Amino acid sequence: MKLDVILRVTTKAILPFILLFALYVHFHGDFGPGGGFQAGVIAAGMVILYAIVFGVEAAQRVVPQWLVSAMVPIGVLVYGGTGVISFIFGANYLDYSILAHDPKHGHHLGILLVEAGVITTVAGTMTAIFYAFVQRGR
Amino acid sequence: MELYINMALLTLLAAITLAIITQRDLFSVVILASIYSFLIASVMIVLDAVDVAMTEASVGAGISTVVLIGTLYLTGQNTELRSHRAIFVPSFVALTTGGMLVWGSAGLPAFGVQDAPVHTHVAPTYLLESIPETGVPNVVTSVLADYRGFDTFGETTVIFTAGIGVMLLLGARRKRKRSGNVENQT
Repeated sequence: MKLDVILRVTTKAILPFILLFALYVHFHGDFGPGGGFQAGVIAAGMVILYAIVFGVEAAQRVVPQWLVSAMVPIGVLVYGGTGVISFIFGANYLDYSILAHDPKHGHHLGILLVEAGVITTVAGTMTAIFYAFVQRGR
Repeated sequence: MELYINMALLTLLAAITLAIITQRDLFSVVILASIYSFLIASVMIVLDAVDVAMTEASVGAGISTVVLIGTLYLTGQNTELRSHRAIFVPSFVALTTGGMLVWGSAGLPAFGVQDAPVHTHVAPTYLLESIPETGVPNVVTSVLADYRGFDTFGETTVIFTAGIGVMLLLGARRKRKRSGNVENQT
């Protein structure tokens, strides 16, 4: 399936900026609006746009099915693991104060880790749902 | 200014809703629902809830539109069949629920009032102490990921469960693809 050349060139041009915006929303979540959930959906949206314009085979060469399927549980494990780490160091579950010497840095690090878990699961799940729908139609 | 923007947005919302109700072509309904999501996202921006607006625009207008169009493509059903059953019970349920919601909204405190219960319970603590305690300037993030870390963990688990469920129902046909095709042909 070949779509219009303008559509393909424009998509190629904006794809990196969509991913950059997703990363901005993720890492800037401490200071501005957004966070792991929104960033994960935007990153998945980039993969879906690529798959719509260039075909699912092309998208799965870049983001293979096994990677997407693995991302779904890995994010939950990262989130839960952050809680277990603070557990091991003697604090309550998901208490980030213990993660660094300065409690404030600990909170920063904890939020970053937890959001990394969220973006992994959300991006993986959204892409996995899209792949599941598309593969069903073949 | 904000009043006129709100009026324009809410008028458009009402128009889109009427269009969705009267429309029989399901593809048009999906596209109209996507426009509805974008309008709701704009309303959220006017209400200064940029996080919610972002989520609504990306999930409501983006991902769910793609998934719904995929569903239409898979089922091959593009027009809603005219139902000849009585519409009394569904419209009664809808009108009663809507009426009770409107009635209940009369008991809510006025919009944006400072001494409303939501603003006097835990919100002042979060607003005053989140920066000294966590050092994160965005209170939304510190509440979501820090104070309410357990809730967000639950939400992530919900997304995980949803993903696993869809993959089990729709995906995971890779290995049996050959035999599945043969079965379909017979």
